[in-house]
Amino acid sequence: MSRDKKEEGNRSNDLDRVIENSRRDFLRKLTLAGAVTVTGGAAIYSGHRFEKAKHREGYVKVLTEDNRLVEIPVEQMRDFKPDLRMLQSRGREGIAGKRWVMVIDLSKCRNARKCVEACQSAHHLRPYEYHINTLVMQESVNTPAFFMPKPCQHCDNPPCVSVCPVDATFKRQDGIVLIDNDRCIGCRFCMAACPYSARIFHWQEPSKHEEDGNKEYDVELNVPQKKGTISKCLFSADRLREGMLPYCVSACPNGVFYFGDENEDAVTNGTTKETVRFSELIEKNGGYRLMPELGTQPRVYYLPPKNRIFEFEQGEKREYKQEKA
Amino acid sequence: MDEIRFNTPHEKGKIDSLASDILKSVRINAGFLLWMTFLFTLLAACLFAYIIQLRKGLGVTGLRDFTSWGMYIANFVFFVATSLCGMLISSVLGLIGYNWVKPISRIAEIIAIAFAAVAGLVIISDMGRPDRLPYVFLFGRVQSPILWDVTVVTTYFVLSMLLWFFPMIPDLAIAKDRLEGRPKFLIRAYELLSFRWMHHEVQYRILGQAVRILLILIIPTAFAIHTVTSWLFAVTPRTGWDSTIFGPYFISGAFVSGAAAVIIAMYFFRVNYKLEKYLNARVFERMGRVMILVAIVYLYFNLNEFLVPAYKLKTGDAIHLRELFTGHYAMLFWGIQLIGLVIPILLLLFRQMRKPLPMMIISLFVLCASWFKRYIIVVPPQAHPNLPVQNVPVEWMVYSPTLIETAVTVASIVLVLIIITILSKLFPVIPIWEMAEEKEDAERIIQ
Repeated sequence: MSRDKKEEGNRSNDLDRVIENSRRDFLRKLTLAGAVTVTGGAAIYSGHRFEKAKHREGYVKVLTEDNRLVEIPVEQMRDFKPDLRMLQSRGREGIAGKRWVMVIDLSKCRNARKCVEACQSAHHLRPYEYHINTLVMQESVNTPAFFMPKPCQHCDNPPCVSVCPVDATFKRQDGIVLIDNDRCIGCRFCMAACPYSARIFHWQEPSKHEEDGNKEYDVELNVPQKKGTISKCLFSADRLREGMLPYCVSACPNGVFYFGDENEDAVTNGTTKETVRFSELIEKNGGYRLMPELGTQPRVYYLPPKNRIFEFEQGEKREYKQEKA
Repeated sequence: MDEIRFNTPHEKGKIDSLASDILKSVRINAGFLLWMTFLFTLLAACLFAYIIQLRKGLGVTGLRDFTSWGMYIANFVFFVATSLCGMLISSVLGLIGYNWVKPISRIAEIIAIAFAAVAGLVIISDMGRPDRLPYVFLFGRVQSPILWDVTVVTTYFVLSMLLWFFPMIPDLAIAKDRLEGRPKFLIRAYELLSFRWMHHEVQYRILGQAVRILLILIIPTAFAIHTVTSWLFAVTPRTGWDSTIFGPYFISGAFVSGAAAVIIAMYFFRVNYKLEKYLNARVFERMGRVMILVAIVYLYFNLNEFLVPAYKLKTGDAIHLRELFTGHYAMLFWGIQLIGLVIPILLLLFRQMRKPLPMMIISLFVLCASWFKRYIIVVPPQAHPNLPVQNVPVEWMVYSPTLIETAVTVASIVLVLIIITILSKLFPVIPIWEMAEEKEDAERIIQ
């Protein structure tokens, strides 16, 4: 009996322990669940508060140029449009760290003149006003004729910039020679000085002067064009700022143009989008520059018109009629 | 009262006779008014052409992208060139001590002032945006030869004005009491501008020093204006302009056109102002010799400028020189060289040709040829750039000046004539007091 009692006692002890254990377990779970709930709730709540704060009535968060997060009233929000001052200051400085360079493969040019058209439509020019022109070249009687697209050479020693009396035409840190038609006095000294005939003058009102009239002047696009001032090839500085290839380069159907950064030693073909080493391209194909004897140091390189896989066809002669003023 | 000059009765009488001769022309008569009306009407008509150009743009001229400098710039170079005569006559010949230039030095200064002043306006007529002229001063880059040109042409103009005005102060003092019957404003102006000059020796000494300094200063300035003008072309890598002798070539040419302008003016004043006594055959004879000298120097530079590249015939030079010698500009080129240079030199070697009338006629040819010479220097080198002219309207290939352009150029010449007329009609053209001294010296030598 006493053994039974003892056994009973033991069993009840065991039961107690089980109950005890499960309670402890329960309590622990409860605490955990509570903690999770509180944390989760707090998280949700704080998230909710954060969200609520984020959508604070009438305010919007904006990251400033110097990396500060600030709030501004929604009604004060404007779409960003660079003003003349900004366009001018960034346009005159250029894109830091770049040295733009162009390579023109004469063996591929078939005078499609798509580069000319794209350029003229981007810069609001007439069909006979050229930032880039494709010329028929023949060095001597016994050498073959070929087509040569001729943009501004963006010389590193530019005669046009030297002679400008008012700093209207200038050389940027990225190698581009630009013209500021807000500054130009129309003396045409730069035209007289340019050995590549790269510059044009607005002898009359530019072709789209009426619709361009009120636009903010972008020195990197040279639009609106202005009567009585100079215009010229800009290496499509506005496109380069957006990380795109120049208008002429992308428009070419024949893979004539390569464009890129001399610092990176890489140029990209505008048609095939293939990127190659600039130095290698020049070295392997006998690249050269126009009139090196003048010491102008152009940033445009040419690859000779060798191994052409097509016949030289002049095509029908185009007539250019001067528009009446 | 020894210190007052021109005080003895003898001297006073001399001044009286000189003043009555020289001041005879200083009057506002019908002829003057008629001539001025004519000039101003012509000017107004020509300025109308400029208004058209302002409204429509430079497209109304014959200029286009390839020949973008034309008649205006050629005219500018001609004006700057001709204005150099002031320095040649007063300074170079005057400082050497040639007293025969005294009666013509003021005429030379008047021409210098007129041409230098209008040269600046001519440049403005060539600007695409004349409204932005202040930019040259606001944003000027000293590296640009245009800035140098603006600086030295203004300096030369100011120095020429002073060289005209300073030696005239005693004359104004002499004349102010001898202007009976002239308009009030003129007498008043003479009184004002003579600064109560009293012919004191100290005044004359100071005046002498001031004029001497100006005469010396104007020599480098005059060389600078035309050298810098030549550099507007010579600093470009363009065939035909890319020349190291352009500075002296332009200067020597300037002396030719300047001398021609002075001779023409001399003849005009001699006949119209009845100044045969002062602008006499002797002065013409001497000017004839000066003309031969400067023309031979210019011929020498022409020889260098054309013969040396013609011997080598580098690609660009060959195209350019063929155009000049046998091509599109051949008639003009040889006409200028022969009629404007070689034949005048040969003719002037004969004493009979150094008489007033023949010299005036020869000088007319020389002056016209000088104008066209500047045209030949400015225009042809642009027609054949290094790269071919293609895919443009036909009008763009060859430059020919339009009527509007010609009218604006005529306006500038009319303006020069207006300035010369005013300066020579309202003020004595011959220095009275210097002539009185000259006579004094001559008399002393004879005694």
